[in-house]
Amino acid sequence: MKDLIFLFSTTLMYSTPLIFTALGGVLSEKTGIINIGLEGMMTMGAFIASLAALKSGNPWIGLIAGGIGGLTLAILHALASIKYKANQVVSGMAINFLGSGIAIFMCRLFFEGTSMTPPLELDKKIPAFFGQYATVYLAFFLTALVWFVLTKTVLGLRMVSAGEHPKSTDAAGLNVSIYRSIGVLASGFLAGLGGASLSIAIVSNFRPTLISGQGFIAIAALIFGKWRPVQTALACLFFGLSQALVIFLGGRENIQISSQLLSILPYVLTIIVLVGFMGKTTAPSALGE
Amino acid sequence: MKKFLLSLMCVISGLLFGALILKLSGIPAFEAYNIMWNGAFSKPNYIAYIIIRSTPLILTGLSVAFAFRTGLFNIGSEGQFIMGALTAAYFGFIFHFNPWIQIPLVLGISVMVSSLYGGLAGFMKARFGVHEVISTIMLNWIALYFSNYMVMLEGFHKANTETSEFIQPSTSITFLENWKNSDAGTEWFSHHEFLSEFFRPPVNAGIFIAIIAVLFVWIILTKTSFGFKLKAVGQSLEAARYAGINVNKKMTQSMMIAGGLSGLAGATHVMGVSKNVAILAAHEGYGFDGIAVSLIGSNSPFGAAIAGFFLGALKYSGQKIQSALEAPSEVISIMIGAIIFFIAIPIVFEKLINNFHKLWEKK
Amino acid sequence: MLSLELRNISKTFGSFKANDSINLKVNSGEVHAILGENGAGKSTLMKIIFGLYQPDAGGEIYLNNELVKIRSPRFAIRKGIGMVHQHFMLVRPFTILQNIILGIEPRSPFGMIDYKKARAEVLKISENYNFNIDPDLKIENISVGMQQRVEILKTLYRNAELIILDEPTAVLTPQEVIDFYRIVRNLKQDGKTIIIITHKLHEIKEIADRCTIIRKGQYIETVDVRSTSEEELAAKMVGRKVDLKIKKTIAIPGDVVFKIENLNALNDKQLPSVKNFNLSLKRGEILGLAGIDGNGQSELVEALTGLRKIKSGSVKINEKEIAQLTPKEIYESKLAMIPEDRQRRGLVMDFKVKENFVLQNISKNPFSHYGFIINRELVKFSETLMDRFDIRPRNIELAARNLSGGNQQKIILAREIANNPDVLIAFQPTRGLDVGAIEYVHNELVKLRDQGKAILLISYELDEVINLSDRIAVIVDGSVSANIDYETITTHKNIKEHIGLFMAGGTSS
Repeated sequence: MKDLIFLFSTTLMYSTPLIFTALGGVLSEKTGIINIGLEGMMTMGAFIASLAALKSGNPWIGLIAGGIGGLTLAILHALASIKYKANQVVSGMAINFLGSGIAIFMCRLFFEGTSMTPPLELDKKIPAFFGQYATVYLAFFLTALVWFVLTKTVLGLRMVSAGEHPKSTDAAGLNVSIYRSIGVLASGFLAGLGGASLSIAIVSNFRPTLISGQGFIAIAALIFGKWRPVQTALACLFFGLSQALVIFLGGRENIQISSQLLSILPYVLTIIVLVGFMGKTTAPSALGE
Repeated sequence: MKKFLLSLMCVISGLLFGALILKLSGIPAFEAYNIMWNGAFSKPNYIAYIIIRSTPLILTGLSVAFAFRTGLFNIGSEGQFIMGALTAAYFGFIFHFNPWIQIPLVLGISVMVSSLYGGLAGFMKARFGVHEVISTIMLNWIALYFSNYMVMLEGFHKANTETSEFIQPSTSITFLENWKNSDAGTEWFSHHEFLSEFFRPPVNAGIFIAIIAVLFVWIILTKTSFGFKLKAVGQSLEAARYAGINVNKKMTQSMMIAGGLSGLAGATHVMGVSKNVAILAAHEGYGFDGIAVSLIGSNSPFGAAIAGFFLGALKYSGQKIQSALEAPSEVISIMIGAIIFFIAIPIVFEKLINNFHKLWEKK
Repeated sequence: MLSLELRNISKTFGSFKANDSINLKVNSGEVHAILGENGAGKSTLMKIIFGLYQPDAGGEIYLNNELVKIRSPRFAIRKGIGMVHQHFMLVRPFTILQNIILGIEPRSPFGMIDYKKARAEVLKISENYNFNIDPDLKIENISVGMQQRVEILKTLYRNAELIILDEPTAVLTPQEVIDFYRIVRNLKQDGKTIIIITHKLHEIKEIADRCTIIRKGQYIETVDVRSTSEEELAAKMVGRKVDLKIKKTIAIPGDVVFKIENLNALNDKQLPSVKNFNLSLKRGEILGLAGIDGNGQSELVEALTGLRKIKSGSVKINEKEIAQLTPKEIYESKLAMIPEDRQRRGLVMDFKVKENFVLQNISKNPFSHYGFIINRELVKFSETLMDRFDIRPRNIELAARNLSGGNQQKIILAREIANNPDVLIAFQPTRGLDVGAIEYVHNELVKLRDQGKAILLISYELDEVINLSDRIAVIVDGSVSANIDYETITTHKNIKEHIGLFMAGGTSS
């Protein structure tokens, strides 16, 4: 029972950054813009959050600042892919270089040449309620919010139509660029929150290897979740579970499973599921155009 | 020509952006660039280091460029590199042939393994419609963790380290590796200052392999019917299909060649420089840099060679501003990011070029 | 009530003048047709009216005699202009209701959409005009005719007084066309002004009051439809007297060379789409396959050429079974094809002309040896074809993209004929070409026929099928529903209506 609770709470903890980021990915891709730069936006968010939390002593300011950090990069991505019709994957790759570059560069400037921020004191981190960081609850709240916006509201209808058939959206007298920008910028903010939920909640500092691929897992999760917010969050929980299992099983003497092999699991499963989809595309029709 | 100009403008803009970042951070930008320039070309051993640095970048750049020409985005270069490196380290350690057999054999197996690994992404795209960007991202992480797993494997793992055993000396492609530290070597080098400095770093045959690979890719793409079909697939999948070209096969083949090239990068890196593989906490970035190389070189083989060398120089010399000016060397990543970003928005620069063109013609 | 007047409208793209000082006057409450060939500049003009393009300086637009500047579709909509595009502007995974309200959604608190109110309004308009739609169906599940009604409803929901319809009948079945005419008449009765862009003469005769003819971007004249004959309209459109008939002698068919038996194939949704299809072609004849778009023609062509898996059945060329062969093997069995979409499927647009000539044969002698391309041979071969087919500009190093539609089609034609096929499948071979190029392609097909090739002409243009074919088969829902022989084609008084009836699903009794 104790093991189960441990596993459950670790899963929740590790899913959180993925949920934030993947929801961001959903918002961007639903409007038709591929965002492969989530990784860079997360990195940026993680650093800025850590910096702001350290300087202000307030984790909430840190969290918001983290979101803004991701948002800043998203502005670039929006500019390139919406205004200048860039190849969105290429622009996203550029964002990844920029994100980690700028974050570590700034880290060295602010913290005497080191690539790690000093640890936050425990009481300066995001507080926990009932054994879970507040960000965990926020992630679930945002899942519901994104679902609500996309399926129930005027804004959502317009965003989705921009991603499905921009010409129709245009012909309906709507400005496609605006709705796409909203999607991309929201994705940057959410990826920033995702990074922040790592650097000022799960751990207490920023370091170069902190994100190491979680932005990409978030992309896998949103494909897994067929671009739907709730399913995407579930996919994140699944990836979180596999991370939790690595820790859970890694800490035991009697179970002989290599943690490295276990780490492969989510990626292999993603590929298997992708192969299983076979022909059934549920991606927004105008994705990447 | 126009493409070259475009790349050049993006590179220059990227460098200017880097200068701006340094300036804003209170670091003298001109001095930094001066240090980088001297740190890159003022001494023979610097140039040697740049060549060593460039080798894997040229190869991964070539890999990405090749797949691009078939319309595929090989983000998986990173993982293919790891597979090539791992295979070279493993078989370079367990085989004990003489170098004339050992080296080609180990290289061959590494290329084969990585080309299968790359081909897997192509196959999944062709057969199941799995987008290669997604599958190769997954394959990158699978390769990383698999490599970590192998490094820790009994018999391959070097005790009390985070690395594997070293490859056999017969697997090494480093030039004059033993001789330069032998009495005779030291004696000879003491009379040849330039060469002595040049050969101090692990200069190796990798660069020649890379140059051969550049020629190989160029010939395939421009001179052969195979390359013709690959390009047809890349330009218009539907038209190629209607012309009876087996599009699925071509995609797989293209990714296999791309994978092989990235694997070659990994293998030459292990056999010429690192001599083993280590536990990786995150990706080293050879493959991702390859994407930059390919983009800067506008997806052409010779472009990749030049861009690879440029990026190698940038990355090597970038380290030097850290010690000299306490300027974070990550400014290099920022510059690369900026260059790619500019390349992603060609419209802006094309307009600029066209305007210049008009001005020119008016004169 | 809304009238429209255009004065001196020009639109230049680079060095190309799509519209050249066009004047147009549309009275309120009339049905006004805009007639012109492909590429005459009709669509550009309509896009200017709808605010999608801005006219060059000097152009003026008047709505109800008031000078306006239509900056955007949004502005056009606010001014009471509605547009139904040729390619419907509908979001496929959305419901009819969602599509109609998109952009002017009634709201309830928290930015939510008030679907209840929206549904009531839409149903009211639908009933007014007898549209008969269920607003909760998804677009991807409704017929093309219904989609068109949704498009019209969309404009009505936005209180449009002037509705522009771009090639409205191109994708409709004959039955749907009749429904469409009824709807247009209802709209007119209700005081709406209608502009119809078309190149179909009988359509104009059927519903338009007046007609403005545009040629090569220029205004030609506006005529009263009742007092102008179809022939006159055609001559004005093309700029010379056109013979709508193709000159050809009676076919002298030889042996059966191409035989399709009980062919079955699935579409992309894995549903049966070619169903027990039977057809046989003789040497020296043109067999026209008439049918409405979406009755399995694309799937049939793909199945015949090896691009789509054949579920069951047999396809034989010269007694040789080709049903399960690869596209390459089928091509080598002397089956050639002019694909439906030349820019997407026929050509690699960024390849040079000479490269497009050898798309299928690049690895063969003499174009390559041991896998290496022999450029000299490529050039020689290409020069010959350029001369023989008079392809312009005569530069084989140019990318195919830089040639006109007619010349692009010539490249394909030349390439396919050069392989000396026994059977040629021509799928929509004149789509989007101007009259001159259409004549060229038609004559070339007749020439091939006279050389003893079997030609399967698949076209959505019934006129083309009737004019060109020696025999006609009608495809409905994936199988042949009727066969019409040469005598009937040439002697039947109302051959178009006769075939149209089959196309709409009628059976031969």
